[in-house]
Amino acid sequence: MDRVILHVDANSFYASVEVLYHPELRGRPVSVCGDPEARHGIVLASTPPAKKRGVKTGMAIWQARQCCPGLICIPPHYDLYLHFSRMIRAIEEEYTDRVEAFGLDENWLDVSRPGHPFADGIPIAEEIRRRVREELGITVSVGVSFNKVLAKLGSDMKKPDATTVLDRDSWRERVWPLPVSDLLYVGPRTLRKLLPLGIRTIGDLAAAPETVLTGRLGKIGLMLKVFACGLDRAPVRPVQVEETIKSVGNSATAPHDVATREDARCVLYLLAESVGARLREAGFRCSTVSVSARTVSLACFSHQACLPRPTNITAEIGACACRLFEERCADALPLRSLGVSCTELVPEDAPLQTDLAGEARRERRETLDASLDGLRRRFGHQVVQRGIVLSDTAFAAVNPREEHLIHPIALLR
Amino acid sequence: MQEKRFVKVRADFTLDGRVVPLKFRTEDGPAFVIDRIVDIRPAPSLKSGGQGMRYTCRVGDRMLFLFHDRTHWFVESVDQA
Repeated sequence: MDRVILHVDANSFYASVEVLYHPELRGRPVSVCGDPEARHGIVLASTPPAKKRGVKTGMAIWQARQCCPGLICIPPHYDLYLHFSRMIRAIEEEYTDRVEAFGLDENWLDVSRPGHPFADGIPIAEEIRRRVREELGITVSVGVSFNKVLAKLGSDMKKPDATTVLDRDSWRERVWPLPVSDLLYVGPRTLRKLLPLGIRTIGDLAAAPETVLTGRLGKIGLMLKVFACGLDRAPVRPVQVEETIKSVGNSATAPHDVATREDARCVLYLLAESVGARLREAGFRCSTVSVSARTVSLACFSHQACLPRPTNITAEIGACACRLFEERCADALPLRSLGVSCTELVPEDAPLQTDLAGEARRERRETLDASLDGLRRRFGHQVVQRGIVLSDTAFAAVNPREEHLIHPIALLR
Repeated sequence: MQEKRFVKVRADFTLDGRVVPLKFRTEDGPAFVIDRIVDIRPAPSLKSGGQGMRYTCRVGDRMLFLFHDRTHWFVESVDQA
């Protein structure tokens, strides 16, 4: 039996919520933008009038103003968006308990019921759409299909406030002519690898030989072909926005460019500190540490390394991040932003191979981290700081733990 | 667009967990007693901006919307059909 999967995508989510709370802005070009003073000055979401004039998510504010003079920029209110995200989810949960969050503004729902035909999903999609509009005052687009990838594609096809059905009979003629970049996980880098192979549409990707794809893209190539052929079988897993811990990471755009190795060490330790604290709070250790960087020309890259054994000690995460940086990233200075993230998480109470020689030092560090966490919980993040962080007072004022953004969680796990 | 008028509210918190507003007043205006609540549902306020539980109330011979938006309450006039 075919599953019935809905993908519910809130249209221009942040911007729609802001306009709902500021009716005087309705119909005007509005963008929700990060704080330019802290150099987060990029567009996070825009209303349709702004989009029509070419404003895109991720643009710098000055770029956005260039293509849309008179653009109104407002700061984000994440607590309000989280509140709306929860209300959307609450509506969805009246129809199924299988709701998987993909960021704040997107959810997959599995509404299949034994003995019910595929078409029964369509009235549910329509009802969710109507209820969100009438009860919350914002709009969603819904894609209805038999797997998650096609449902997501469907929700992108007609906006705003629309339902798109991609069933077994019709999906090929509607999906295969679309540009391959519309497919989930085909970003600019994958696209650059696909275009030389003559793969421009999703249909081209579906028809491409597996060996060619795996040769160029590795196992991701195979996964994308499966997506393009409509064969994705990934289940909708009940996932809350808050409980998707598969990795813990932080990145920070520094108050000024990271110009020297000392600057970088300072930022990396600052980030390691926050990542370590969050790992300990969630009760995990990590086995892999990765460092990501964005250069002043906004190019991104990342490198990762395995740890000899799982850890959540700030000093070990920081040291690993700095080593990675020295070996792999130091040539790319100056940098605009740096990130540290920890993956391959294991629960804190999982058995651990002890290290005879280093165990005493490790225990001392664990105790130290626990005391620091306690101090910060009671008196705030700035109450105690690492010496290295004080080498630059501008960096010392950054509190990555409380200022981190809410990023969509990854589908790949 | 309508100016958002926040109000102070006196309400009953019932045993089964509902909130039933009884009367409200603006910052330093007179108090209005709610004679009847005609409808309760979550809804957006398109005139003054916001979203919350919307109580359609009869106050004397007027109908109005009283919104409970998370921590605040505000009123909005109802267009008579």
